Amino acid sequence: MELKDALIQYSLRIADSSLILGQRMAEWCSNGPTLEEDIALSNISLDLFGQSRMLLSYAADLKGNDESEDTLAFHRNEREYFNCLITELPNGHFGDTIVRNFFFDAYCYHLYNALKESKDETLAAFGEKSLKEVTYHLRHNSEWIIRLANGTEESINKIKQSVIDIWPYTGDMFAMDEVDELLIEKSIAIDLNTIKSKWNNTIKEVFERANLEVPSIDVYMQTGSLKGIHTEHLGHMLGEMQYIPRAYPNMEW
Amino acid sequence: MTDLEKFNDKIANNIKIEPKDWMPDDYRKHLQRQMSQHAHSEIIGMQPEGNWVLRAPTMRAKVILLAKIQDEAGHGLYLYSAAETLGKSRDTYIEELQTGKAKYSSIFNYPTLSWADMGAVGWLVDGAAIVNQVSLQRTSYGPYARSMVRICKEESFHQRQGYEIIATLAKGTPKQKEMAQDALNRFWWPSIMMFGPHDADSYRSSNAMEWKIKLESNDALRQSFIDKTVPQAELLGLTIPDPDLKWNEERGSYDFGEINWEEFWNVVKGNGPCNKQRIKHHVKAHENGKWVREAANAYAKKQKEIKKAS
Ligand SMILES: [Fe+2]
Ligand SMILES: [Fe+2]
Repeated sequence: MELKDALIQYSLRIADSSLILGQRMAEWCSNGPTLEEDIALSNISLDLFGQSRMLLSYAADLKGNDESEDTLAFHRNEREYFNCLITELPNGHFGDTIVRNFFFDAYCYHLYNALKESKDETLAAFGEKSLKEVTYHLRHNSEWIIRLANGTEESINKIKQSVIDIWPYTGDMFAMDEVDELLIEKSIAIDLNTIKSKWNNTIKEVFERANLEVPSIDVYMQTGSLKGIHTEHLGHMLGEMQYIPRAYPNMEW
Repeated sequence: MTDLEKFNDKIANNIKIEPKDWMPDDYRKHLQRQMSQHAHSEIIGMQPEGNWVLRAPTMRAKVILLAKIQDEAGHGLYLYSAAETLGKSRDTYIEELQTGKAKYSSIFNYPTLSWADMGAVGWLVDGAAIVNQVSLQRTSYGPYARSMVRICKEESFHQRQGYEIIATLAKGTPKQKEMAQDALNRFWWPSIMMFGPHDADSYRSSNAMEWKIKLESNDALRQSFIDKTVPQAELLGLTIPDPDLKWNEERGSYDFGEINWEEFWNVVKGNGPCNKQRIKHHVKAHENGKWVREAANAYAKKQKEIKKAS
């Protein structure tokens, strides 16, 4: 594998996760539990779209030809998307969304913090910029975890179930292959094994404050995103998201 | 001077009425109704645009649209706070919305059926809102006037962004141009209805003008919107769907055809294409969020108790 191809693939993985989670968060628009929270959820969505655009454009530049952030976002199929599985999980109820995002935010927080030191300038700049945003997301969602897990009987039960339901999708975030190997060797990518223990600590810390139990690491984990193998949900999301550029090809919008 | 004389004096001298000032009951009630209706419009208005946020055709368009909707949510929040200074809570206002006691702008009871509608809404609906809101910057109630100053700045962005969408389509392929024209056809009349009934038929505007809540009449505002918008449509090569539309040299304004008031009043009364859908959506989100709000309250209460104990 050539370095350039690995770099494209690596950028797409991060970009796709932000894009797909951003799209999920946009589904909350006008559906939030309070008006204030509606605005906060849109904010997170906008941050994620911004992050995604930065790396989609980077991948498009590396690819050359006529690729752009839009061709990459709107003209790739399910099997050509490489977002972490957890980001495509449906919003469910508010607690499901919070737990899903919390697991992913904690991962991004440590990943982007490390990415700041990447030998690749664009990825380093991306880490720098995105870390600020994801720090806010992590705080926001940690606070909700603590609140919901110490709220009413209903909210406590709900959040416990969300944790059980979503936990099996966390393993996929840490999967690595030859793309990672090549780029880690060049000090461009981050060894996700080093992120995993930090991630575990963040989860433990917040769950302790929330009186929640951290599920066992021995749970069988869902994987597949590195190879573009997804849940059934992604196809529907892309069908909706890509509808206009697919139905009216070769037009400016 | 009596309270009423003091109040009238302020109105006469264009001194703003502030929340702690004495005001006639009807003045307060009128503002409660108008300001909450305005807030509700911002919030319900999120739905027809939210309808396209997941399907926006470019990343840039998606971000602009979502940020715009978020602005509207912010306007709603801001207007609810301003309306709360009149001694009624946001919860009460929202209950009035959900039970049909309070209205919101009828324009949001029309469906958004194509991407071009995102252009038409920004261009025409935000455009009409600006005409109204610029005038309201001078309204006599302080908190309302100040909220309008803040909101107007963002609205003019929205209007430009909407116009950009429509302009791109109008200059695009024949299919895109058709889409733009179709959106204009569907949104033109509802947009000019946004200014409300003719002055002669408007039973509400009389007091509001005396109290300087409303500074310009429905018909004057409507005319200024039309005069501003027709040249914009011409620039795009789009046709306003009104065969009676004609420049009147003498008046220095456009003459226009008769508005379909039967449609207008039906939509106001709840018979528009989306009235029920919009309220259902709002109620559903509110109910789905109930356990979350309860949990947050319960948590806050527990934290307070812990603090007290220590
Ligand atoms: Fe607004
Ligand atoms: Fe607006």
